[in-house]
Amino acid sequence: MTQRIFVPRDASAVSVGAERVCRTIENEARNRGLDVEIVRNGSRGLYWLEPLIEIELDGQRIAYGPVNPEDVLGLFEAGWLQGGAHALCHGPSEEIPYLKRQTRLTFARMGVTDPLSLEDYRAHGGLKGLERALDMKAEDIVDAIDTGGLRGRGGAGFPTGIKWRTVMNAGGGQKYIVCNADEGDSGTFSDRMLMEGDPFCLIEGMIIAGLAVGADTGYIYLRSEYPDAWDVLEDAIVTATREGILGANVLGSGRRFELNLFKGAGAYVCGEETSLLESIEGKRGLVRAKPPLPALQGLFGRPTVVNNVITLGSVPWILAHGGEAYKAHGSGRSRGTLPFQLAGNLKQPGLVEVAFGMTLRELLYDFGGGSASGRPIRAVQVGGPLGAYLPESRFDLPLDYEAFAAVGATVGHGGIVAFDDSVDMAKMARYAMEFCAIESCGKCTPCRIGSVRGVELLDSMLAARPQHSNDDTLLRDLCQTMLEGSLCAMGGMTPYPVLSALDHYPEDFGLSPKQEEAST
Amino acid sequence: MSSTNQADLLPALHRLQEKFGYIPDHAIAELAKAHNMAQAEVVGVIGFYHDFRRTPPGRQRLRICRAESCQAMGADALALHASTQLGVEFGATTADGEVTLEAAYCLGNCACSPAVMLDDELHGRVSAERLDAMLAEGRGV
Ligand SMILES: Cc1cc2nc3c(=O)[nH]c(=O)nc-3n(C[C@H](O)[C@H](O)[C@H](O)COP(=O)(O)O)c2cc1C
Ligand code: SF4
Ligand code: FES
Repeated sequence: MTQRIFVPRDASAVSVGAERVCRTIENEARNRGLDVEIVRNGSRGLYWLEPLIEIELDGQRIAYGPVNPEDVLGLFEAGWLQGGAHALCHGPSEEIPYLKRQTRLTFARMGVTDPLSLEDYRAHGGLKGLERALDMKAEDIVDAIDTGGLRGRGGAGFPTGIKWRTVMNAGGGQKYIVCNADEGDSGTFSDRMLMEGDPFCLIEGMIIAGLAVGADTGYIYLRSEYPDAWDVLEDAIVTATREGILGANVLGSGRRFELNLFKGAGAYVCGEETSLLESIEGKRGLVRAKPPLPALQGLFGRPTVVNNVITLGSVPWILAHGGEAYKAHGSGRSRGTLPFQLAGNLKQPGLVEVAFGMTLRELLYDFGGGSASGRPIRAVQVGGPLGAYLPESRFDLPLDYEAFAAVGATVGHGGIVAFDDSVDMAKMARYAMEFCAIESCGKCTPCRIGSVRGVELLDSMLAARPQHSNDDTLLRDLCQTMLEGSLCAMGGMTPYPVLSALDHYPEDFGLSPKQEEAST
Repeated sequence: MSSTNQADLLPALHRLQEKFGYIPDHAIAELAKAHNMAQAEVVGVIGFYHDFRRTPPGRQRLRICRAESCQAMGADALALHASTQLGVEFGATTADGEVTLEAAYCLGNCACSPAVMLDDELHGRVSAERLDAMLAEGRGV
């Protein structure tokens, strides 16, 4: 019987050699006259083990990693196809604690299936949500999302059901579903993984959204930095259209849904939903003032749902299993699961989907394994470049939208970036301002000019640091102006990383003894 | 569909850039006409997006991620190394026209930081030595 070997096609796995390993395995198997089939799956998300190769044996998948091309010969020699012992073997994949302790709902198929096999997708629960939705009234679909308590995974955490209901009730005529796949936040890669590793899941979620609100056209706004995701989605859309999932007659229901891919052009601010809509319309990505809400006047002036990839990717599970089942996970008003992304200076970076409520410390140490450098973790940035820096004293904070907001932090898109004690927090504060200056859309002064002033201010503070005579009053005033006077979160949240760095690490800013004392 | 002509502008710019490596001056008038826009508007759109360039790039495009996760894993040193080795600042092209060095702000490869992209090829856990080897390979040496 043909034996299956799984080699991820995920861009990150390939970035550390999965493609070369794949060719080496192919050659070696051919030379040995072995009957094997190589399946290109998504990544399991255990990135420190990538390239992670799995061998199927007696219905179980055995994990080996990280496998370099040089290891392949030895693995065959050790009889890995028969379960032979080897230093790189981690036993059955599903039993690896990092994976076993997760609650994979949205990422249930991640790394398990061949992303482009519709057969695989169906065999692993795919399309059940859509089939249910086709039998439901629009109101009932929205109710299921409401009951599940799903909130936007793109950053703001806005209740998805409320957004959908607004669009549903916005009268007849043309409406749109726009998927925000701009994933600009540093430290995040869950959108990329889902698009590369389970594209039909996103497509299914978008069709369900369309059924709920009465939209027959969707757009995926994909950042240009993700060429592999583009290729996978393009393929998946062709397959879904051919198989009658997309198009004029969704699963024979007589309902229509067309899906378009749209490529971004390297602007972080285009992840902001109104800037994104301007961009699809072929304009400069200037943020629009709200109101009007995109839900009422969005793309081409029509009612539009804008949702993040993970938000939409969570929809099929909720429809298939019911809102109550989803709501059963989580804490407080943060229901369900979030695929957290562990990044930066960690021993075991990767994708960890767990229910809300787990503490930062558990994620950093139980999953992340502590710092990669072996030095103490000094700061953690949660929620992307606009997220606050958190010191060790905050590591017991539960990951929950409200608990984070209460301390001036944000869960955002679930990116967690760890820094060891070699980090210079004044430089990180400067970087936050610089990033804002580079990416500001330029519409409002506090953001456009304020960020440039912020870089200048921090440059002079950095230069004067050895004298310990710095005064942070000006910087704090500037942050206040940006917080209060910016139209969107670009300028409005850049102060988060800056102020949290000042508050928790004043010793890095060369403040005068008087100020330093006042701040501790 | 209620879309306007202008809605095809970004895809058109991407196609042009894929073909020429940049948006040539002579294309602006045509773009404006085809999309029902003033030339100044087209130029404005091009200028807004970091991806689009008005001048020819080097034969290869090297993007080094300078965002937080990669910084936590030594991206600053890697960036300095690249700029020194190539003898150019970020945003510039080497004198021999081989490599354009650019900063990227997250390539979605944060679990394998530091990350770089050489043309459309993503690389992770990149050391200075690996970067040198990649560049040497790219130059065919
Ligand atoms: C500067 C800025 C950048 C943003 N970038 C993204 C992004 O890359 N992806 C995303 O889904 N949301 C991003 N957002 C949030 C969107 O504006 C919007 O809230 C989101 O797409 C709504 O979808 P959700 O409710 O499903 O999260 C960004 C917001 C701001 C202010
Ligand atoms: S805060 Fe910045 S990015 Fe947002 S609208 Fe104002 S200038 Fe544009
Ligand atoms: S921060 Fe460098 S790849 Fe994400």
